[in-house]
Amino acid sequence: MYASAQNATGHPTSEPVFIARGLRKVYVMGEVRVEALRGVDFELYEGEFIVLLGPSGSGKSTLLNILGGLDVPTSGSVVYKDHNLTAAGEAALTQYRRSHVGFVFQFYNLIPSLTARENVALVTELTPGSMTPEDALGLVGLSPRLDHFPAQLSGGEQQRVAIARAIAKRPDVLLCDEPTGALDITTGAVVLDAITRVNRDLGTATVVITHNAAIAGLADRVVRLADGHVVSVERNTTKLTVGELQW
Amino acid sequence: MVRMPRFVPTLDRKLLRDLWEMKGQALAIAAVVAAGVTMFVTYLSNFASLQQTRAEYYDTARFADVFASLTRAPSSVRLRLEAIPGVERVMTRVVADVTLDVPGMAEPATGRLVSLPDAGRPALNDLFLRRGRWIDPNRPDEVLASEMFCEAHGFGPGDRVAALINGRRRWLTIVGVALSPEYVFAIRPGELFPDKRRFGIFWMSGAALAPAFDMEGGFNDVSMALGRGASEPDVIEQVDRVLAPYGGLGAVPQRQQLSGWTLENELAQLQMFGFITPLIFLGVATFILNVALTRALTLQRSQIAALKALGYANTTIAWHYIKWGLVIAACGALLGIAGGAWLGSGMIALYNQYFRFPVLYYRMSTDVAVASLFGALTVAALGAWSAVHRAVRIPPADAMRPEAPALYHQRLFEKSLRLPIASRMVLRNLERQPMRSMVSVLGIAFAVAVLFVGLSFIDVMNLLVNQQFELATRQDATVSFAAPRSARAVHDVQHMPGALDFEPMRTVPVRLRSGARTRTLAISGLPEHPSLNRLVTRAGDALEVPPEGLVLSQMLGDILAVGPGSTVQVSVLEGRRQVLDVPVRMLVDDSLGLQAYMRQDALHRLLGEGGTISGAAITLDPAQTEAFYSAVKTMPAVAGVALREMTLRNFRETIDQTMKLQIFFNVLFAGVIAFGVVYNSARVSLSERSHELASLRVLGFTRGEISFILLGELAVLTVVSLPVGAAIGYGLGQLIMAGFNNEMYRLSFVVSSATMARAFLVVIVAAALSGLLVRRRLDRLDLVAVLKGRE
Ligand SMILES: Nc1ncnc2c1ncn2[C@@H]1O[C@H](COP(=O)(O)OP(=O)(O)OP(=O)(O)O)[C@@H](O)[C@H]1O
Ligand SMILES: [Mg+2]
Repeated sequence: MYASAQNATGHPTSEPVFIARGLRKVYVMGEVRVEALRGVDFELYEGEFIVLLGPSGSGKSTLLNILGGLDVPTSGSVVYKDHNLTAAGEAALTQYRRSHVGFVFQFYNLIPSLTARENVALVTELTPGSMTPEDALGLVGLSPRLDHFPAQLSGGEQQRVAIARAIAKRPDVLLCDEPTGALDITTGAVVLDAITRVNRDLGTATVVITHNAAIAGLADRVVRLADGHVVSVERNTTKLTVGELQW
Repeated sequence: MVRMPRFVPTLDRKLLRDLWEMKGQALAIAAVVAAGVTMFVTYLSNFASLQQTRAEYYDTARFADVFASLTRAPSSVRLRLEAIPGVERVMTRVVADVTLDVPGMAEPATGRLVSLPDAGRPALNDLFLRRGRWIDPNRPDEVLASEMFCEAHGFGPGDRVAALINGRRRWLTIVGVALSPEYVFAIRPGELFPDKRRFGIFWMSGAALAPAFDMEGGFNDVSMALGRGASEPDVIEQVDRVLAPYGGLGAVPQRQQLSGWTLENELAQLQMFGFITPLIFLGVATFILNVALTRALTLQRSQIAALKALGYANTTIAWHYIKWGLVIAACGALLGIAGGAWLGSGMIALYNQYFRFPVLYYRMSTDVAVASLFGALTVAALGAWSAVHRAVRIPPADAMRPEAPALYHQRLFEKSLRLPIASRMVLRNLERQPMRSMVSVLGIAFAVAVLFVGLSFIDVMNLLVNQQFELATRQDATVSFAAPRSARAVHDVQHMPGALDFEPMRTVPVRLRSGARTRTLAISGLPEHPSLNRLVTRAGDALEVPPEGLVLSQMLGDILAVGPGSTVQVSVLEGRRQVLDVPVRMLVDDSLGLQAYMRQDALHRLLGEGGTISGAAITLDPAQTEAFYSAVKTMPAVAGVALREMTLRNFRETIDQTMKLQIFFNVLFAGVIAFGVVYNSARVSLSERSHELASLRVLGFTRGEISFILLGELAVLTVVSLPVGAAIGYGLGQLIMAGFNNEMYRLSFVVSSATMARAFLVVIVAAALSGLLVRRRLDRLDLVAVLKGRE
C-alpha cells in the first residue's frame, strides 16, 4: 500500500498517530446531499508536519474536524494511536480532545470576556500536566500581553494566544484550520513560526490547512484534497523554515 | 473589566464578566424574580404571623370552642350544659344589642352589651385590657369598650356614650379599653365591612345588665370549652337539645363564630395569594430568563464550540451557563426576601386595622425565606436548562460555523404598500423569526396580564358594591328589631320622619340540615314583587322568588350538598321552633355570603304566623335624614340600623386603606415585568444585530434611522402584546377569583375600560422607557469595534 511504503521509507522509526481509512462524510440538507469526503485515506506520523491544501469546499475542514473529534464520519474509520475514534461516543471524544488535541482556528475563537492568560488557563485548569499559561504564552512571544483581553490584541496576537491555548496542554497533535487565513503576510509568518517551533521543539504532530501553497514548504508532507478525494501526497525533500519561504 | 482574585476558576471568571457585560438584562430578570419572591414572602410571612398570633391569642385568652345564643334560660340550665360529655367549662352571659347615641355623631350606632362575671375575670373569652382599669362591679354605669370603637371616636377612660335600653337612655362610662378573642374582627352580622364608628362592644357588670333585659337569674348566651378528644358535632347536638326549650339559636363551633370564621377565611385567602401571585411572577421570570439565555447562547455559539474543542464536557459547559441563571435568580431572591420582609411588616400594620390582637407581631419565618430562595433557584434552573440543553447539544463542528442565515422573503404586500426600506426591515425581521417574536409578545403580555389582575380588584369590588346597593338592597336604611313584632309595628316604621318607600322584612333564624351537613343562618322572606330587597344573581339579574320553597346561595347548596328538587330539614330557632322539611327550588349564583330566601307569604304560612316582621327596609327623603336618625335613636325594640350611605363610605375608606397599597405594588411589579421583558428583547436584538446596524451606519444611515429599525420592531411587538395580555389577564383573573372566593364572597372577575386603559398605559410607558435606554446604547454604538469582531 502507498501509505505503508511511505512508512517504510520515510519514517522508519516513527509510529503513526492517525490512520484514517475510507473516510466518507455526507451532509444531507433536505433534498441536497453534499459529499464532503468521498473515501479519504490519511495518516499522520509522530512529530510529522503536514500541510493540507485544496480548493475551497474540497473537504479540508471536514477532515480536520473528524481527526480532532469534533465531528464523526458517515463511514470509514479513524484510529488515533490505540483509540478508535469512529466507535467513540460523545464523552469519549470529549476526553480525547481534552487530553490529546490542540486546535487553532482561522477566527481564533477566543473567549472575549477572558484575558490572554485566562484563555490559556481555560485549558491548563482542565488538563493535568499542562505548562503554565505564562510559559505557553511565552512560547508564542506574548509575555508582555498576558492581561490583555482579545479585543485589545491584534489579529496576529489573538491567533498566537489561540496557539498558546492549543499547545499549553502539550497535545499529541496540533490541528490548525487556516491559522493565517485572516492575517497579513508578516503576522502570518510570526504565527507560522510559533507553530513550527512547537512542532520542532515539542515534537507535536501537526496538520495545517492553508490556501497559501507557499506555506507547503514548511511541511514534511503536503496532502492535496479536491472534491472530497486525496489527489496527491508529496514529500518535501528539504523542509524550509519560515524565514526561507517565498511568499 | 473586573479584576478577580487568583482562586476564581477561569470559567467562573468568564461567568462573572459575561454577567457584568449583560448586567442590565440580568438586573431586569433579577427584578422580576425579586418581585415574585417579595410577594411570596409578604403574603406567606403575614400568613404565618397571623396564624401564630391567632393560635397564641386564642390559647391565652381561653377562646371558647362552642358558642350558642338563646332567648332566655334560667341559670340552672348551666348545670345541664356542664353535664354534657366532652364539655369542660361553661360560661353563661347576657348579651344584648342596643342602639347607641354617640356624642358628636348624628347617625345611630349599634352597641353590643356583654355581661362580665360578678367577680374575677371571665372563665372563657378573657378580655385584654389595653388601657384604663377593670370595672367596679358596684358601679352599674361602668363599661369596658372595644378598642376599635374607641379609636374611631377618640374615646378613652372617662368618656361616655348613651345606650337606648328599653326605650330609655342610659349613660355608659368607659373606664377601660379592651380586646376580646370573640371580636378580633368586629363586624355586625350582615355587614360587608367592619364599621368602626358604628359598632362597639361594651362589657359591663352582669348585675347591671341583666335587669334591663329581664335576665335576672338567667342568661341568653353560652360559651363552652371542650375537653381533648370531645366530639364537637355531638356536643353541638346535645347543646341544641338542652337549649331548644329556651329559644336556642343553634350552637356553632369556633370556626363558624363570626370573627373566627372571617379570620379563617382571611388566612386561607392569604395563603392562596401567597402561592398563586408569586407563581405568576416566577413563571414570567423563568420565561424571560429562558428567552434571554437562549439568545445570549446564540451569541456565544462559537465560544461554546471553542470550549468543546478544548475538551470541555457538555455537562461542564451546561453547568457553566445554568450558573448564569442561578446567580441571577439568587440575587433576585435575596432582594425579594429583603423586600418581602419590609413589605410584610408594613402589611401586618394594615391587618392591625381590621384584626385586633393584643399584639400582632411580624415574624419573618426562615422557612418562607429558604423556600423562596429554593423556589427561585429551581425556577431559574428550569428556565436555563431548556435554553442550555439545546445550545450545548449542537455538534461542535456545527457550532463552529455561524448559524445558518435566516431566509428572508419579499412579501407581496410590501411591494404594493411601497414601504420605506427601514419599515421593510422591521417587518422582515419580525416575520423572519416568528417564534421569537411570539415569545417577546408573550412576555410583554404577561405584564399586561399582571396589571389586569392587580388593577381590576377595584372594579371587582365596585361591581360587588353596585350589585349589593344598587340592585339587591336598594333601601337607604334597614331597621332590625330586637325580636319579631306583629304587623302593627309596620305603622311605627312607616310613619318615621323622612321615610318614603317602605318594605317589611322577615328574617327567621334557622338551622338547615341535609344528612350530616348543617349550617345555622337566617331565611330572608322577600315580598312577591320586591322593590327594595331583591334576589340578584352575580350577573346582576333580578330573579323572581318562587311562590313556595327555598332559594339558596350556590355556595350554601354546595356546603349542604343540595340542589333544586332536594329537601332540607329546617329547624326554626325561634317561636314555636318547628322542625320542617322544605324543598329547595333553586340555587342562585349570588355574590355575597351564605343566603337562604323564601317568599314572605310562604314563610309566614310555613311558620303558621300572621304578618310578623323582624325589620323594615326604608328609603329616605335626603332632606330629612337627620330627623330619621334621631327618631331611630329613641325608637324602642330596635337592635340596629344599617345605613347605606355609611356602609358605602366605610367601604370606600377600606378600599382606600387596604387596596391602594396592594395596587401600588401590583403596578410597580407589573412595570418591572414589562420593563424587564422589553429591555431584554431590545438588548438581545441589539447585540444580535449590531453588526448589521453598524454596517448601515457605515453606509450613511443616521442614528435615528437605525434606531427606528430596532425600536420599531419593539413597538410593533408591544402593540401586538396588548390584546394578548388582556386575554391572558382575563384568564388569570378568573383563576385568582376562583381562589379568592370563599364562603363570604363569590365575586366575578371584571375589568373596566378605565382599568384596561391604565394597564395598557403602564406597559407602554415601561416599554418606551426601556426603548429609550436601548436607544442610548445604540447611539454609542462603536462602529469600528463592531465591524472588527466577526460576530
Ligand atoms: N454542516 C454542513 N452542512 C452541509 N454541508 C456542509 C456542512 N459542512 C460542510 N459542508 C459542505 O461540505 C463541503 C466541504 O466543506 P469543508 O468545510 O470541509 O471545505 P473546506 O475544504 O474546508 O473549504 P474552505 O477552504 O472554504 O474552508 C463543502 O461543500 C461544504 O459546503
Ligand atoms: Mg475550511
